[in-house]
Amino acid sequence: MRALGVATALIGGWALAVWLIQPSPLLFPGPAAVAVALWEQCLAGILPRAVGASLLRMLVGYGLAIGLGLAIGLLGAWRPARGAVAGLCNAMQSIPSVCWLPLALLWFGLSDSAVVLVVVLGATWSIALAVLDGLSNTPPLLLKAAKTLGCGHRRTILQVRLPAAWPAILTGLKLGWAFAWRSLMGAELLYSEQGLGRMMVYGRDLGDMPLVMAVMVVILAIGLAANRLGWEPLERVTRRRWGLAA
Amino acid sequence: MTAIRDLTLSVERGEFVCLLGPSGCGKSTLLDILGGLQRQDAGVLEIALRPLLVFQDPALMPWLTARQNVELGLPRGAADKWLALVGLERFADALPHELSGGMRQRVQLARALAHEPEALLMDEPFASLDAQTREHLHGELQAIWSATGKTIVFVTHNVREAVCLADRVIVLTAAPARVRCERRIDLPRPRSVNDPAVTTIAAELLPEIECALSA
Repeated sequence: MRALGVATALIGGWALAVWLIQPSPLLFPGPAAVAVALWEQCLAGILPRAVGASLLRMLVGYGLAIGLGLAIGLLGAWRPARGAVAGLCNAMQSIPSVCWLPLALLWFGLSDSAVVLVVVLGATWSIALAVLDGLSNTPPLLLKAAKTLGCGHRRTILQVRLPAAWPAILTGLKLGWAFAWRSLMGAELLYSEQGLGRMMVYGRDLGDMPLVMAVMVVILAIGLAANRLGWEPLERVTRRRWGLAA
Repeated sequence: MTAIRDLTLSVERGEFVCLLGPSGCGKSTLLDILGGLQRQDAGVLEIALRPLLVFQDPALMPWLTARQNVELGLPRGAADKWLALVGLERFADALPHELSGGMRQRVQLARALAHEPEALLMDEPFASLDAQTREHLHGELQAIWSATGKTIVFVTHNVREAVCLADRVIVLTAAPARVRCERRIDLPRPRSVNDPAVTTIAAELLPEIECALSA
């Protein structure tokens, strides 16, 4: 309900500003023009196809990043490797992942794989760091309990350290999702044959700012939906189950 | 820092021994060593029994229900009997943070018993509980001990608790821990911390403890 109020206020303010200042629609279109562009693109089937193409790359890239991040994080939880792995992740984290696009295009050619690689490299490090940190911060008392109960190495990792690390890992996954989404949009703006980024480039080339802003609205809506339908429920369940609820 | 020095101690199978000493005197270190969680720097440890530690804090996995906590590392269905024994069968599906401190401690006790160790090493397990819950658990622990015949080494800094529970009270000195004296308690069971006989013996032991503190 409050979200609806905020959205109404934002759109109302936007409409009011456009009505008062009367900028050229080439520079700053109002919500009505953007809504029309959205509607037309939907009807023509162009927008749904672009959303589908972007989400597919996102899911593949993010899925790979989860697997890779988990593997690297687990390796980093092994004490001799910890410093090196954490150092590597922090170093790689400092490279904005679109910077990999020139190399990725060279390796994979003008293909989806290049964009997916950028998404993977955008999300992996924060996930790996969260797994590593979470696994390294198991409360010592729980480790003592596991030991006295006769839990072996494997059982301790699977049934004590990983679940204890879950709230931290969840934060890393959420952060990784945000990084992946930004990386995807960046990479698609620079190169792609289809997708939301491609649509924005197309709109810019045609000087069609309502189209550009319509795509921005869709990007925002997807981000909000992921939060609302994915992360928030997951965090709520986690807080309740792990006894972290305020 | 040396936590323990020149300490000689033996416990019989099936015996209930209380180690009594001031906080920070090395009692927890001693239990960790007995329980195999820490290795001593010097000295000999001979242990014929498979021991299990019970901690001052319940040490439950916060994401597991009471039943799942008790079954950690055990086959499914192993928990019910033990939860019933500590009077928590109705709370089997509750999460630790939904239980009171006393109930959490009873879950830990059930978990320890469910793993059927031959000896229980208990590190001030009732120290953070209110007096009523503590007395209730004193009763339960004596009943469980009588029923199962397990060897129990119970660490506490509460004199009356030690006298109430133990066959033998061993008074330790402040760090480094050493045996100051020991006292056999032959009172009939079940006992309560409020029994006059318990209170009397506790009062007799008090000077020893004060000496142990200053030693």
